[in-house]
Amino acid sequence: MQATAEQIHKIAQEHLQKQRAYEKVLHVCFGPGCLASGSKPAHEKLSAAVEREGLSRKVLLKKVGCMGLCGRGPLVVVGDDEVFYQGIGKRSVDDDVEMLVEYLKTGALAEKLLMDGPEKGKKYTHMSEVPFYSCQKKMVMEDVGRIDPDSIDEYLAAGGYTALRKALSMKPDDIIESVKKAGLRGKGGGGFLAATKWRSCRDAHGSPKYIMANGDEGDPGAFMDRALMEGNPHLVLEGMIIGAFAIAGGQGFIYVRDEYPLAVQRLVAATAEARRLGFLGEDICGSGFDFDIRIVRGGGAFVCGESTALMSSIEGKGGEPRAKYVHTVEHGLWNLPSNLNNVETWATVPHIINKGHEWFASIGTAGSKGTKAFSLVGKVQNTGIIEVPMGMTLKEIIFDLGGGIPKGRKFKAVQTGGPSGGCIPADHLDKPVDFDSLYDLGSMMGSGGMIVMDERDCMVDVARYFLKFLVEESCGKCVPCREGVRRMYEIVDRIASGQGRSGDLEHLEELGKAIQLGSLCGLGQSAPNPLLSTLRYFREEYEAHITKKKCPAGVCKPLIKFTVNEKCNGCMVCARECPTECISGEKQKPHVIEQDKCVRCGNCFEACRFDAVTIE
Amino acid sequence: MTQSSACCGGKGGDVTVDLAKVDGIIDKYGRDRAGILGMFQDIQREYRYLPKDAVAHVCRTLGVPLAKGYEVATFFKALSLKPRGKYTIQVCLGTACHLKGGPNVIEQFERELSVKTGDTTADKKFTLESVNCLGACALAPLVRVDEKDFGKTTPGTVKKVVKAF
Repeated sequence: MQATAEQIHKIAQEHLQKQRAYEKVLHVCFGPGCLASGSKPAHEKLSAAVEREGLSRKVLLKKVGCMGLCGRGPLVVVGDDEVFYQGIGKRSVDDDVEMLVEYLKTGALAEKLLMDGPEKGKKYTHMSEVPFYSCQKKMVMEDVGRIDPDSIDEYLAAGGYTALRKALSMKPDDIIESVKKAGLRGKGGGGFLAATKWRSCRDAHGSPKYIMANGDEGDPGAFMDRALMEGNPHLVLEGMIIGAFAIAGGQGFIYVRDEYPLAVQRLVAATAEARRLGFLGEDICGSGFDFDIRIVRGGGAFVCGESTALMSSIEGKGGEPRAKYVHTVEHGLWNLPSNLNNVETWATVPHIINKGHEWFASIGTAGSKGTKAFSLVGKVQNTGIIEVPMGMTLKEIIFDLGGGIPKGRKFKAVQTGGPSGGCIPADHLDKPVDFDSLYDLGSMMGSGGMIVMDERDCMVDVARYFLKFLVEESCGKCVPCREGVRRMYEIVDRIASGQGRSGDLEHLEELGKAIQLGSLCGLGQSAPNPLLSTLRYFREEYEAHITKKKCPAGVCKPLIKFTVNEKCNGCMVCARECPTECISGEKQKPHVIEQDKCVRCGNCFEACRFDAVTIE
Repeated sequence: MTQSSACCGGKGGDVTVDLAKVDGIIDKYGRDRAGILGMFQDIQREYRYLPKDAVAHVCRTLGVPLAKGYEVATFFKALSLKPRGKYTIQVCLGTACHLKGGPNVIEQFERELSVKTGDTTADKKFTLESVNCLGACALAPLVRVDEKDFGKTTPGTVKKVVKAF
């Protein structure tokens, strides 16, 4: 079916009308975090209760994508004024559902399910009052958490595919010009200007031209792309179709991580729906332009996030990168002109077309325009997905949105850019978050993982963690990355085990520089970053491991010992938490840790409420 | 189309591969070499691992050298040439999970099940794996058993997870 503009408009209007017929729309978060904490059973019970109470004509239950504040899930948001309920079913699903039904019937707020404010007894009622949300500026994430991602009608009712129709009436060159003036930079890591890439691909010889979206979000600690693909798949498609029209692309691919089966399922369903209404396939919207998209599953290889490796994988080969003196925009997939952008970059395009490049360029900093989505995780109060204007400071993100560090501990560092990025210490918290500032700090934007660390995190251990990751994920094609990163790992592992030697740090720096210079692909070239940045900002911590054989943060197992001090009142909590049952002692008498059996997991330390467990 | 079945017999407890089923999977991808990774993944879903006979059959059908087939089969972490247990336990060791104690959780699984990470228990019930991020970092450390997620785990919750299956 080739739906006309009028028909599409009618679908959208009818859908809106249908929704307005309900007194309240209740959004239940089906994002990855909320699903893992039980939003599905909560939804089932809620749905049954609404039916039972005869509310089904008044209340519409909607399953939506990630609402962002994953750490407080499962989340439910009700009505146009967005009453914000959190932790549904944390204590008892039945009780919480009952409270929600009572609210739906009488309008009396379910106080217990509201989020606590900073002052005691004060609660936030609406989403807009919660700093985690009010400090954000949403663009690509705007409708994620608001619309049902399985329904194209929902997307159309939210204004979906209007940008595509507008773009199809423009000249391809004007679209590229608009994206250029907007200053859109690739959000997958490098920050390359999108319009420059598009222009080169359009001008390249060869047909068909391939248009690709990178949804191989391999950085550990990042899941914004997942939230986007699962929460609003049509936005990604629409951006890609516009890009394809501007570049004169003929076939599209979205490469999605194997670990995200729901994203694959949603995107496959979305492409079928888009095809049904004539947004994909032949003669899109009657414009004469043909383009289609296929969803390709990755195979669990980090390196496939690199453009040439990704293309090699789509071709049905192992995912090894190649040297890029021949650009992929000219010779990419099957040796033909290929344009690859991150899914978030594509999802930004419809906004630029609809609201104009001036609007887009007015957000952000001089060099980095628009917004960026991040996953804010680790040792921070409010964990989840955020989208903020470029240029917001790290401090604002971690302390205003994120609510600071839990358990009253001290902030130590924030890691950005995944295994290609670095750790930024407290001294630089007032730095703005944009492509260039992060690069200057020895880190990078990356795809948008932001992992907060506190004083109980050891930077040597963090470096070792990333090096181990990179050793496992190096594809093995070039020597500097394959052998060099392994050597770096061995040295850091030795340091963390208390076997460090003088000269190790200098050796590491030398190796790091060689790997940066000599590796084939971007991932190899940036592989030393986590190590070098921790060495740059936390050198004394490395030195403590080497010279004093001590781990100041109390993490590196060979260097620490847990003991019980005189504050122990014999409450037995630690003994219960110990996985190896190595804590003995009678009730109300000080306990003892048997050192031979202790595996140094730190459970007793975390469990003790009387500071009676000491790390030496 | 080959309708017969093949069995490689011998060690490793390889299963008998239903070649007609494999042909169905190959057809789903239009018998196109580009779909080889997807084919392997679908075959693996069927048998819980990638049997060697299936690799050989796919290569033969597509006209791809066996070495190229194995290049793909061994390159990607999602594919396993070794038979796996009834349930796969994936312990996330993404950055957030690492910081929040994921390594302690996986070590406890190793003790509880008496296996090393990457191996299968003697009774073929569980395969223990580490993964580099399951994308639910707000619930770190995360453990996934097949389709079921367990958030904010500790070494203490390991027994409960194992018992649930």
